[in-house]
Amino acid sequence: MKKECVTMLLAGGAGTRLGALTQNLAKPAVPFGGRYRIIDFALSNCLNSHMFTVGVLTQYSPLELHKHIGVGKPWDLDRMHDGLTTLSPFTEHTGGNWYLGTADAITKNRTYIEGYDPDYLLVISGDHIYHMDYDKLLRHHKKTQADVTISVLEVPWKETSRFGILNTTDDLRIYDFEEKPLHAKSNLASMGIYIFNWNVLKDYLEKDATDPDSDHDFGKNILPAMLADNLRLYAYRFEGYWKDVGTIESYWEAHMDLLAEDLERFLNNNEWRTYSHDSNFPPQLIDEHAVVHQSLVNNGCIVSGTLDHSILFENVQVGKGATIKQSILHPGVRVGKNVYLERVIAKEDVVIPDNTTLIASDDQEPIVLSIENQKKMMNA
Amino acid sequence: METMMGLINLEHEHDFLNELTYFRCGAAVPFGGRFRMIDFTLSNMAKSNIQEVAIFTRNKYRSLMDHLGSGADWDLDRRHGGLFILPPDWNDPTDISKGDLKYFHNNLDYFERGKSDYVLISGSQFISNTVYDKMFQHHLDRNADVTILTTTYETLHSEHNACIKVVQDEDGWVTCLNNDTENAHIFTGVYILRKSLLLDLVKDCIANHKSHFFLDGIKANLERLNIQTYRYEGYSAIVNSVESYYRQNMALLDTNAYKKLFFDSTPIMTKVGNQPPTKYRGTSIVTKSLIATGCVIDGSVENSILFRGVHVGEGASVKNSIIMQRCKIEPGVHLENVILDKDVSISKEQILKGAKEQPYIIAKRTII
Repeated sequence: MKKECVTMLLAGGAGTRLGALTQNLAKPAVPFGGRYRIIDFALSNCLNSHMFTVGVLTQYSPLELHKHIGVGKPWDLDRMHDGLTTLSPFTEHTGGNWYLGTADAITKNRTYIEGYDPDYLLVISGDHIYHMDYDKLLRHHKKTQADVTISVLEVPWKETSRFGILNTTDDLRIYDFEEKPLHAKSNLASMGIYIFNWNVLKDYLEKDATDPDSDHDFGKNILPAMLADNLRLYAYRFEGYWKDVGTIESYWEAHMDLLAEDLERFLNNNEWRTYSHDSNFPPQLIDEHAVVHQSLVNNGCIVSGTLDHSILFENVQVGKGATIKQSILHPGVRVGKNVYLERVIAKEDVVIPDNTTLIASDDQEPIVLSIENQKKMMNA
Repeated sequence: METMMGLINLEHEHDFLNELTYFRCGAAVPFGGRFRMIDFTLSNMAKSNIQEVAIFTRNKYRSLMDHLGSGADWDLDRRHGGLFILPPDWNDPTDISKGDLKYFHNNLDYFERGKSDYVLISGSQFISNTVYDKMFQHHLDRNADVTILTTTYETLHSEHNACIKVVQDEDGWVTCLNNDTENAHIFTGVYILRKSLLLDLVKDCIANHKSHFFLDGIKANLERLNIQTYRYEGYSAIVNSVESYYRQNMALLDTNAYKKLFFDSTPIMTKVGNQPPTKYRGTSIVTKSLIATGCVIDGSVENSILFRGVHVGEGASVKNSIIMQRCKIEPGVHLENVILDKDVSISKEQILKGAKEQPYIIAKRTII
C-alpha cells in the first residue's frame, strides 16, 4: 500500500555520555519528565503530526525499549495497514551485520521502506525532547521543491562549537556544513531531523553502501555527497523548545527546565500531548508531614518529606524528615527517613537508607545512583 | 481447568448519589482520585482470569460506555470473550419476565454460548482490591451450590443498613440471610454459582412472576440450596449513599488505608488519561491529600482529593473536599466540605462551604 511519507526513527544509539543512565538501557528508553521515556516525545510528535508509518530502528540494549514501544498502542500506532514496526538488525542468506551507521540502518531496511512506495522519507531520532509538527516540515519541503530539508534551530553563538552548523543563503538554501566549528559563520544548528525525496536518497545510499571508507552516516557522508552534487538542500527553521539530553548534566538541566515557569505548558499542553505507558498506580498521597514546592510528582508516590525543585516518577516513596532538592527520582525509588539529597538522579528501584546525605555541588556533575553503584557512592 | 464468567449487575444501583448520578449511573461515578466505582469490581474480575464480563445496565450508561470502551484498559478486548455491555435491548413479544430477570431472559443465548461453567456476579458498590481465585477454589472444594463473599466491619455505618447480613454455622454454611442491623457479618454482593444452576433458577423465577434474582432465586431458596460463605479479610468499603461516598473517599487519605487498598494487591486498572505529572508551584501548600496527574497547584490543599487536571489558583484554599476532573478553582476561592463534579469552575474569591456530614455537591459543568 502506497504511503506518501515513511518515518524512520533512529533509536539504536548507546548514549555512552549518559554514563550509568544508559548502562543497561538504550538512550531512547531512559525515563524523562516524571512519567515518560525519551522516545515518547518523538513518537507523540508522530501521532500529533499524523505520521502513521513509523519504523523504529533499535540495536543497543533494546529489551526495555522493545517492551515500552510494543506495537505502538499508546501512540495510536497499532494500525491495520501501517503503524509502528520495530526494525532490529537481522541476518539473511548472505549473512548479516549490525547497523554500522545511521545511513546503513536505513539501507538495511530498504525492503521495509519500499513496501510503502513512499515519495518522502522522514528521518528522526529518539534522543531529543521537543514538540514538532513533522507535517509542517513536509509541507515546507514540498513548497521549496527541495531534495532534502534539514530542520534547524538557532543556537546561541557561543555554543555553535557544540553543534553541526549549516551555512545557508538568505532563502535558507544550504551551501556548506561545518561539524562543531570553532569559528562559525552561522548559528543554525542541525537537529538531526531530515526529509529526503526517497528516489534521490535511494541512489546515494546504494553508492555509500559500496564505499569501504564510508562511516555510513547521514551527517558525515550522505549529506556532504549530496551537497557536492549541487542538490537542493534547504533548512527549515524550528522554533520552540528542543533539548539534546546527551550528557548527565544536560539530562539534569532539561528536568530543571521543566520546572521553570516559561516551560510550564510544555508537558501540560492539551493541543500537543505527550503519550506514554501507564501502570495504573493510584493518585499520589501527600501526607500531613510533607512540604512540596516547585516539583513534578506522578501517580503512586507517597510523600512524607520535603520536595523542592524535584521530579518524582511513579511509585516513589519519600520518608518523613527527608529533603529532596533539585533531584530526579526514577520509578520505584524508596527514600528513607531524614535523607538529604541535592542534585541526585536515583535510577529505578534504588533504595536509599535512613539518614543518608548525598550532595553534588554546583560545579560537580549530578550524582547518578543505581542499584549497581549504590554501595560505592554511599561510602564515598 | 474450571473457569468463571463475570457479571456486573447494576440493576439495583439507581441514582444513589444525588447530583453525582444525575447524568450517569453509580458505577461510572469517579472515586478515589482517578478511578470510577466500577473499576474495582472490573479489575478484580480481570485479575481473576475471568475472560468474559457482561454488564447489566438500564439507563444513564453513556458515561459508563465511554469509560469502558472496548475493555482494553482491563485487558478485556479479547478475541474470545471480552467485555459485553448489555443495555435493555429487549424485543421478545412473549417476554413476561420482570426486574433483573428481564436481562437474563433476553440474554439467555449469551450465557449459553459462554465457555465457562461458573458465573461470578457482583455489583459495583463494594470497593476492594482482590483476586477471586481463592474464593472460587473454596466454592469448588466445598461443593457448594452458591458461595457468597462476606466481610465484617468493626464499626457499622448507615451504608451497612441496606446490606444483607449473614448468619452461618460452624462449617460456613449459611443458615439465615436478613437485614439485622446489629449483625456485622455483611454480604458484599459478590457470589459464585454454576451457570446451569443460575439458568434453572432464572427460569423458575420467571415462571413464578418473580422480579429479583438474588432475593427470589437464592435467598428464598435458602432451605434447598447449599450456600457457603467465603470471608474477605482485606481493606474494603461499601458505597451506596452520598454520606458513605464522601466518608469512604476521605478514608483513603490515611496512609495505611491507602496502602492497604492500592498496594496489597496488583494495581486497580482504569481508563488511561495520559496527563503529565502534577505540578506544584512555589506557592503551593499541600497536606494530607490525594492528588491525580495533570493538576497545577498554586494554592493550598488540605485533607482533600483532586482528580486529574484540576487547577488550584494562588491564594485559593481547598479543605475536606473532593474535586473532580478538570475543575478550575480561581485565586482567592475558599472551598470546604464540598464535592465538585467534573468541569466545574469557581470564579475568584468565591466561598463555598458544606456540612461535615453532608457535603455540598456542585453538579457537572457548573460555573459559580
